[in-house]
Amino acid sequence: MIAKRTIPLLLAAIVGFLMLATYFVPETESYGATAMEMFIIISAAAMILGGGNLLKINLAKMSQRRPGWGYAGITLAAFIGTLIIGLFKIGATPTAAVPGHSWAAPIVQEGAPFWWIYQYMIVPLTATMFAMLAFYIASAAFRAFRAKNPEAILLLATAFIVLLGQVYAGYWLTNFLPNLQHLVDILPESDHAFAMIVGTQLEGGAAWWQVNYDGLSFAQFTTLQQEIVINMDASLNDWFWQFLNGLRLENLSDIIGEVPQKAGFRAIVIGIALGVVSTSLKVILGVDRSYLGSE
Amino acid sequence: MTPISHTPRYLAILLAMFAVVPWSFAAPPAPPSNLVAEDAPDDVGDQVNLSWDAAPGEVAGYNIYRKVVVGDQISGASQLESVGEETTGVTEPVMPEGPDGPVRIEDLSFADDEPIASISGGETVYLDENVEPGTSYMYAVQAVSKTLEVSPLAITEVPVTPRWDWINKSKLWFLFIMVTISSVVILFVLIAKSGRKVKVRKIAGLEAVNEAVGRATEMGRSCLFVPGILDINDIQTVAGLTVLSNVAKTAAKYDAKLEVPTARSLVMTAARETVQGSFLSAGRPDAYNEDDIYYLTDEQFGYTAGVQGKMVRDKPAACFYMGAFYAESLILAETGNSIGAIQVAGTAMPSQLPFFVAACDYTLIGEEFFAASAYLSGDPEQLGSLKGQDMGKLIAAILIVLGCLFSTLFVVTQNQKLGEIAAYISENILGEEGLALNDKQVAGIKMEMVQYEKDQAFAQTMEQSKKTFLESQKAKAEMIQSRDANEQDAQGGEGK
Repeated sequence: MIAKRTIPLLLAAIVGFLMLATYFVPETESYGATAMEMFIIISAAAMILGGGNLLKINLAKMSQRRPGWGYAGITLAAFIGTLIIGLFKIGATPTAAVPGHSWAAPIVQEGAPFWWIYQYMIVPLTATMFAMLAFYIASAAFRAFRAKNPEAILLLATAFIVLLGQVYAGYWLTNFLPNLQHLVDILPESDHAFAMIVGTQLEGGAAWWQVNYDGLSFAQFTTLQQEIVINMDASLNDWFWQFLNGLRLENLSDIIGEVPQKAGFRAIVIGIALGVVSTSLKVILGVDRSYLGSE
Repeated sequence: MTPISHTPRYLAILLAMFAVVPWSFAAPPAPPSNLVAEDAPDDVGDQVNLSWDAAPGEVAGYNIYRKVVVGDQISGASQLESVGEETTGVTEPVMPEGPDGPVRIEDLSFADDEPIASISGGETVYLDENVEPGTSYMYAVQAVSKTLEVSPLAITEVPVTPRWDWINKSKLWFLFIMVTISSVVILFVLIAKSGRKVKVRKIAGLEAVNEAVGRATEMGRSCLFVPGILDINDIQTVAGLTVLSNVAKTAAKYDAKLEVPTARSLVMTAARETVQGSFLSAGRPDAYNEDDIYYLTDEQFGYTAGVQGKMVRDKPAACFYMGAFYAESLILAETGNSIGAIQVAGTAMPSQLPFFVAACDYTLIGEEFFAASAYLSGDPEQLGSLKGQDMGKLIAAILIVLGCLFSTLFVVTQNQKLGEIAAYISENILGEEGLALNDKQVAGIKMEMVQYEKDQAFAQTMEQSKKTFLESQKAKAEMIQSRDANEQDAQGGEGK
């Protein structure tokens, strides 16, 4: 009981309080770092347990000819092969310091078999798995966006706006609504470049007297250019113009991401932070002992 | 003889001289200015921050010198005495007391010293991490040109003595908030322990745990529990294991098979302990099989492929995903969905929550996941902690409302006090500026107010000039219009 419950609880409490102290007491930082190093050592030692378990399970599966035993064979072959090649650095070029001994070569050496396994087997396989995510997203989206109830309809509408806002179709569908390009287009073509650059600055929040073009400030503009800036500023700051501009799908998509989505995200993060504090406290104080097995 | 034949040689010598002169007579670079050495805050007295203004002109680098001195509490420079220099951990006397008494600060010489560091010319700060707390140091910096000429030394005006800080003062507010929330949690745990009933709202995802295990039992299929892909040092994995404890207990009661593939060896070991304990407490130690909790691989997608294959082959009736997940969340949940399993997920990874919501039957969002252990166990001590969390939320809400309120009021009224309160909430209470507003913060607020007034005044002037400009443009347009009309009239008259 002492070994199974009391000592682990005590260790959790000591290390927990120590890690907490490292954040507030500079003196304890080195102790915290030592605790983390201990964790890494234990973790590395536990790899032996993991590897042993992998061997045991897969050998049992093969010997009992359980369904899928072929896969177990492939797993074991890959595991043992990689382990031997990596551990003994087979095929690695010896360094000048220790010639004739490939085991003294660096663990990752370009061109060595171990590097080759990683580069041409693990990386492509990982990329393949990751690429499959695109199909899973499509199928999950298809199911999630079925309009079953008011919440699902809201989700569908929001998703539709956000998705369209990311692609050209969204721009094309709501291009009739005003934007900076429209203001530029009504000017003579010789003024387009000027209007686009100063208009972008005005859209970005600059006051009309703060805009600059080609190294010149507002006061140095020609009368015609000053007139363009003032007229564009008046148009861009008109509330109705802004409202219509906000309805363009690309802008609506940005607004959804920046306002309701961010608010919800932050609320979740605050909840998570409090949950982390509470859970950590329960573990450190030994209130929650279920991770050691139930009462 | 006319030295015509020698002309090319003289010319070559002359050219060579011109080529050499700019280098050999190049002036040494000017020293850097405003050299300041300060004790690095919130450390164990083993660091000193150095900063200076870059030396004028092109500088290739800077040499930094350090000297141990006695008497950091000097009232005048003449009391300063150099006693030695730390080089390789051994303090050797390199600058004995002068014949006329203690060496004056102006006379401190670094001439025979080796620099403690040489840094590139683009940098104007240096962190000396090789100092002892309580020892006083003088620093000197010299600029080095590209031709390796060195400037005179810029020496700090006063010695610096690194101090040992017992507590990180910048995080005191954070400590206070954490202690408050922790105290409230402990208080409610004690209240619950005393027998007072704690009301907790129903969490559908957790209610479904029993239902899911029961369904798996009825169908004669297994339950699959995935404890995430991070190690046991992540709190989400610990929270996942506490849920596993309850799921395992239910599985033991119903005599359902529970499989736990893990991505970390330590998680496997901990999960085995957890499940074994649960089977024991459910009175079914005989039903526990340690081979049902196994290690696959640390590799993220290798693990995903392994679990996915298991799902497709064995078709578990219930899948639980409780822990830390990344991109594999949707792959696993979609596979579980395709085999018709009832799925319950819980994670504190905000980016993965939408995937679980879309693909699982029930999802524990953030704090619900951390509340799961308390909820499932029904243990009053643990339920009390949930109430403590609610108090934490209340504190967060109050701070958010106050922060928004004071920030808005400051912008509207430009009242310095309001600005200071807003800054105190965001930078001291929620930031790392310590317990009191510092001069820099107050100066920042004042500067903001001055800038605001300037902007307003400028905006008014510019609006006025805009009005004048528009009026002049209008008048000009009218004049052109009337001139055109007159010209047309005149042309019309001539035509007649």
